[in-house]
Amino acid sequence: MRDVAVVGVGITKFGEVWDNSLRDIYVEAALAAIDDAGVDHLDSMTVGCMTGGLFVGQEHLGSLLADYLGQKNLAASRVETACASGGLAFRNAFIEVASGMSDIVMAGGVEKMTDIGGDGATYALAAAADQEYEVFHGATFPGLYALMAVAHMEKYGTTRDMLSAVAVKNHNNGSMNPFAQYPFKITKETVENSVMVASPLRIMDCSPITDGAAAVILTTVDIAKKLGKPIIKVIGSGHATDMIALHSRDDITTLQATSVAAEKAFKMAGKTIKDIDFAEVHDCFTIAEIIVTESLGLFAPGKGGEAVLKGETSLEGAFPINTSGGLKSKGHPVGATGAAQIVEVVKQLRGEAENGRQLKNNPKVGMAQNMGGSGGSTLVHILEVD
Amino acid sequence: MFPSRIWREAKHRYRLEAGKCKKCGKVVFPYRLICPECGHREFEKVILPDTGKLVTFSVIRVAPSQFTDEAPYAIGIAELTNGVKLLAQIADCDVDQIKVGMEIRIEFRRVQTDSHHGVLSYGYKFVPKWY
Amino acid sequence: MVGIVGYGAHIPRHRIKVEEIAKVWGADAPSYKKGLMLREKSVPTPDCDTITLSVEATKNALKRAGNIDPADIGAIYIGSESHPYAVKPSGTVVAEAIGAVPHIHCADYEFACKAGSEAMFVTLGLVKAGEMKYALAIGGDTSQGAPGDALEYSASAGAAAYIMGTENLIAESLYTHSFMTDTPDFWRREYQFYPQHGGRFTGEPAYFKHSMGAANAIMEKAGMKPQDFNYVVFHQPNGKFPQRVGKMLGFTKEQIEPGWLSPTLGNTYSGASPIGLTSTLDISKPGDLILMVSYGSGSGSDAFIWKVTERIDEVRDKAVRTRKLLDENITYVDYGTYAKFRHKIRKND
Repeated sequence: MRDVAVVGVGITKFGEVWDNSLRDIYVEAALAAIDDAGVDHLDSMTVGCMTGGLFVGQEHLGSLLADYLGQKNLAASRVETACASGGLAFRNAFIEVASGMSDIVMAGGVEKMTDIGGDGATYALAAAADQEYEVFHGATFPGLYALMAVAHMEKYGTTRDMLSAVAVKNHNNGSMNPFAQYPFKITKETVENSVMVASPLRIMDCSPITDGAAAVILTTVDIAKKLGKPIIKVIGSGHATDMIALHSRDDITTLQATSVAAEKAFKMAGKTIKDIDFAEVHDCFTIAEIIVTESLGLFAPGKGGEAVLKGETSLEGAFPINTSGGLKSKGHPVGATGAAQIVEVVKQLRGEAENGRQLKNNPKVGMAQNMGGSGGSTLVHILEVD
Repeated sequence: MFPSRIWREAKHRYRLEAGKCKKCGKVVFPYRLICPECGHREFEKVILPDTGKLVTFSVIRVAPSQFTDEAPYAIGIAELTNGVKLLAQIADCDVDQIKVGMEIRIEFRRVQTDSHHGVLSYGYKFVPKWY
Repeated sequence: MVGIVGYGAHIPRHRIKVEEIAKVWGADAPSYKKGLMLREKSVPTPDCDTITLSVEATKNALKRAGNIDPADIGAIYIGSESHPYAVKPSGTVVAEAIGAVPHIHCADYEFACKAGSEAMFVTLGLVKAGEMKYALAIGGDTSQGAPGDALEYSASAGAAAYIMGTENLIAESLYTHSFMTDTPDFWRREYQFYPQHGGRFTGEPAYFKHSMGAANAIMEKAGMKPQDFNYVVFHQPNGKFPQRVGKMLGFTKEQIEPGWLSPTLGNTYSGASPIGLTSTLDISKPGDLILMVSYGSGSGSDAFIWKVTERIDEVRDKAVRTRKLLDENITYVDYGTYAKFRHKIRKND
């Protein structure tokens, strides 16, 4: 396996992007990545998109987006693992370069969620859960994560304050991110008083509906050196699934796919969680961030909430999480999120994160954890700056 | 919902038919072709018991369009007396009175009404076990 | 010998009081309560319909029937005036739910409030003729009353199921009789959401004529008089009619009491006398004679004479008693919630 580096990143401003279509926002991010990398061609492209079909009636994105990117006859495809599609696109691109199959590969992610109305978006997102045994009965995504939250609160005494702390922290970080959908701070009271969606989760515990795209370019370390780019190596990649329905799992207070994927990534990288300086994690709901940090082995089971309250995962904390603002403040265009996480990790490792959110202690190793559905799929990547 | 999708799940949703792995005894609901525990491929038909306890629940206040008339409604995961867990709505109760550990019984209910002209979807819901 | 092998009922948990309804329509609640001898009625939630009530009632009947194999049930008939589909039987869903498919005959019955007793009438015949080991008869409804109409105070929801057979009877069917004429006292035309009725015409020429016609004919057939019966169950569109017809025929209040549920249940239409019979069986003793007289508008009455066997002591508590479902664990709704549950609020399609 060859050494692989990320040489270019691009991202659109996340939000309700009425003026631009799915193909517009993807190409915007992709061109930004190509310009950042300074490459003159691509060997292939993998795009993560959860469901162009259900959101805008568009499948066959490989062909469409290669076409609109001006990449004639490019080998291009779209991959899907629900909200982890972007992470999977990244992994596939990594494997393609590492294996020697291709030299310069784009991994992107895109989701256009506002061309369909709220009901349609809910229906499309529900496709990531068990359609016949969860969605049929009226389970929604906030509902499924709420079931996890109740179980976690019952077992470990996790509190409302701990959930709120996640949202407050992420908005604090996102307020400094020019690409975030909601770049403003919020207070704990705002979270606690927001409308209840699925008890105990309120609207401010939930990531929003977002249009957005992100793209990164992977190539060999040799080519990266020739391009004169900082060498940000992909040193670990892990991928795992879990039983799709919550009720099939033995313990819903932990995310097994995250633990397994992380283990694989650590093993490949020859590292442990202690060697990681910061991470972008999948805070589709505030409880998700808490459980993910425990499942990654960062905090002991049941202690993730306390850690957030104490500020251990803030920008100044011992282990900053979601310096980008996370899915909550940055936005969650589902298929793009995995790629957007990589963009942030790369920016931090290059020392290029905008405004005040660049970590001051010269981070060397960053991690991205990208999850699909209620944890049915997880992709974990570890990147290291040379 | 298209009739074939409703019809195919009738044996699970109406009769709670599950499969018991002939090798390791794990009960899977709904049926599968391969045991998720031991990989064996033969099952015997068992019917799930109709009582259990709530493991977790949530009150849905922002509902998907098929369920807007029913909001707020509760969903929960119950562990039945044979260890099998399943998710369903919790009916016939004050949503503010539900507690983890509450005993439930399974009742046959209409789960989805497809507007004024679609096929009706029936299945199981939990109700508090009061007798 | 032919008769009931298993019986069971199901009643939804919600109730609405007469005062709640009267308040909205500016009606005089106390006089309605007095005139109808009715205080409240059962209200089905939107997830309850004739099919779901029938399944739950049948499960209770199966519990009392003991170890019968649902595959031995040769016919399923559900009588209702609120079948969920205009075309597609309710019986097929219930048969699937209990595992009685596929070798089974099925038909949905309709004859206003006597559709349930019709099913009972026919199943007895099939089993008696030796056509099948068991046959399942269900009467159930989630009936609609037009807003502001007198019937809105009573139209309620419930179901009762009877498994008929020839062995291990809980109650033997001694006699049956059916009395019917074309009397349009209450009807609903296709595509109409609510039924209509002839006001006072629904009384003497309809309910009373046919209930008494069937009751007198069956007693004559059997050579019996009212005093010979331990209990009698009439169709109960409100609390008053069954008491009055009972008195007119010569029955006492005590005989009517165990099967008289309408004051707090309302009128469960096709479920009415069948559910009344279940609550009577619940408290009956071996050897008891029960007369049941249904009534369906249009009009007709089915009459049955049952003799309770020794087996009642063994099975009465194998499933929940009807009075428990009627009296316990109930919750009241206001008119707005009631209107929402009963689809009386107009929405876009």
